[in-house]
Amino acid sequence: MGKKTIVPIGPYHPLLEEPEFFKLYCDGEKVVDMEWETGYNHRGIEKICESKTFEQVFYVVERICGICSTSHPFAYANAVESIPGVEIPVRAKLIRSIVGELERVHSHLLWVGLAGHFLGYNTVFMWAWKYREPILDMFEIITGNRNSYAMFTIGGVRRDISEENADKLLKVLMDAKKKISLLTGAVMDDPVIHARLKGVAVLTAKDIHDFGAIGPTARASGVDIDIRRDDPYAAYEMVDWKVITAKEGDIFAKAEVRLMEMFESISIIKQCLELLKKENKGDIKVKVKEIPPGIGIGRAEAPRGEVFHFVKSDGSNSPVRHKIRAPSYNCITTFRRSCIGGTISDAAIATAAVDPCYCCTERMTQVYDIKTGKKMMNAAELIKLSQKKTEEIRAKGDKND
Amino acid sequence: MGIEIFYFLIFPGLLFCTVVGGLISWVDRKITARVQFRKGPPFMQPLYDVIKLLAKETVVPLRGSATTFILTPLFALFGATISAVFIMLPVLGIETGFTGDIIVIVYLLNIPSLTYVIGALASGNPLAAVGASREMKLMLSYELPFLLVLISVIIQSGMLISLSEIIAFQTSNGAFIGSLSGFIGFITVLMCFQAKLGLVPFDMAEGEGEICDGIIIEYSGSILAIFKLTKYIMFLILPALLTGLFFAGLSFSGIHILWSILKIMLIILLISLIRNTNPRVRIEQAMKFFWVWMNLFAIISIILAILGI
Repeated sequence: MGKKTIVPIGPYHPLLEEPEFFKLYCDGEKVVDMEWETGYNHRGIEKICESKTFEQVFYVVERICGICSTSHPFAYANAVESIPGVEIPVRAKLIRSIVGELERVHSHLLWVGLAGHFLGYNTVFMWAWKYREPILDMFEIITGNRNSYAMFTIGGVRRDISEENADKLLKVLMDAKKKISLLTGAVMDDPVIHARLKGVAVLTAKDIHDFGAIGPTARASGVDIDIRRDDPYAAYEMVDWKVITAKEGDIFAKAEVRLMEMFESISIIKQCLELLKKENKGDIKVKVKEIPPGIGIGRAEAPRGEVFHFVKSDGSNSPVRHKIRAPSYNCITTFRRSCIGGTISDAAIATAAVDPCYCCTERMTQVYDIKTGKKMMNAAELIKLSQKKTEEIRAKGDKND
Repeated sequence: MGIEIFYFLIFPGLLFCTVVGGLISWVDRKITARVQFRKGPPFMQPLYDVIKLLAKETVVPLRGSATTFILTPLFALFGATISAVFIMLPVLGIETGFTGDIIVIVYLLNIPSLTYVIGALASGNPLAAVGASREMKLMLSYELPFLLVLISVIIQSGMLISLSEIIAFQTSNGAFIGSLSGFIGFITVLMCFQAKLGLVPFDMAEGEGEICDGIIIEYSGSILAIFKLTKYIMFLILPALLTGLFFAGLSFSGIHILWSILKIMLIILLISLIRNTNPRVRIEQAMKFFWVWMNLFAIISIILAILGI
């Protein structure tokens, strides 16, 4: 095989904004072997959770990932509520599903944009992120935050979606749907994108089973799995939708699955909003007095695949064990199959194709006044600023263009 | 001697080309921004970029060959400026040049690309080595169709091998873009220049998302600024050469100024739109594109030129 050059992707690399390391052993342009390393960003979330009360854990797990910040609370809520066997109100179920699906739309749009950027197609990057913006504004209107929504609590949700906001949301979604169809058309019909993505980094159904990959990665290889249908939770049984799959298993199929899932998500939200109007007077929360001793398992379909939470309670007010498994961990193992044998260009897009998320939100910034050396923008001020902006967005309402 | 130095340093050489090239790169960035729903950079941004880089620290990699690493940007700028003089003098109609200067131009235009390769290899970075190998393959691919189209242009002009004579021929007999052969040739050369400029879809030598700017990864500070100036010059002289070969050149007299600006802007618009509506292709796809399709186009252009269509 001759002398091999190591081409590093990571630990910091413009391709992926998180710390991870792929060593590509290359013979010319061809990747002959690869190793991947993760774990640069261990934060001890599971241990932190054990020192919080059941209610507080929601806001910890929400911060595992900035993009799927509803999937983790979703799975955790399913786990905790399964211990006492709480049945949450219909209205709460609907609101949970709405938030979950909105998150899928914005996460997939984010991925489409990033994939465009990795291919050097910055127009797609900018367009996708522009279309994502009204959806984030909608999040801010209904939950108060662009990200880390703090919507879920044990036994229901913390905020209601008013009829007025429901109408706004519907309008924004219908608008977004048009724009997403435009984007989908542009991506699916571009011959150069076909040339770049079709038949590249193919994962067969057998590979998916061997490596245990999940989510859109698995569905793009014809493996029909989706927790929302296989182990229904929240409102997914009440609405009519289908699981999107593709057979090819290449990167183009993964893009196709994600683009089509956005339309399904929009349809789910639309149906949920209609049901929400019927359930006008219902509660959004049941009171759960205490979590009895026992174990609970919760699963939820995140935009990247199945999120799994295991919670063990001893009857006190905090979990004694909390185990989390995020979907990316399963999917990134497939890189050895998808990257080896391809070129460096293919490896770069193949590592991005599973939409890896390395749980990246541990950051802190402190702003100092350069003259006085005083600390500026402390937490209280930032919260005030953020609330002011939310009020502005709510007041403007339907200005989203 | 005095006038040559003036040509080289001031007009139409280094100063003129960097200023106008910077302006053109601003237009390109503004078009890109508009296509992407962004606001785009302010008018003086190209200047700010260069000043910022000149003020920054220059890091020379320890493991590389320092002399080669530092000298290559200078050679790139030198090559680009000399080709600028050879191209701009006839294209602007200032001086006629000499017989066969078009062949000299072909060679001189290769100097910047070659220096990129040498500088990248001198840096000792594996990512730069990948970029260098891609740049070399790309050069091998786009040179042949470019030369073939030049032959077609020469045949069309009745075997003239001087740029100023080719332009003069077009002024009296109509621009080559009007003929089918010229049009096909124009498309081919446009693609070759897209690759020469290192723009999407042929920016795999830099490939930000793959190999972190590949060939220029180790360059920083003032030597990167020199590479940037080279890029600015290339942004002017390649479209100018295109106008010379297919649009009867540029002119600075009276209403022709407007026409000249329109010609350059049209080419920049085309380059910008191609760059914004395509993803980056793989190197072997680019090679296939040039070796099969662009060569085919060029040969068709030659045959049509012989037939006089």
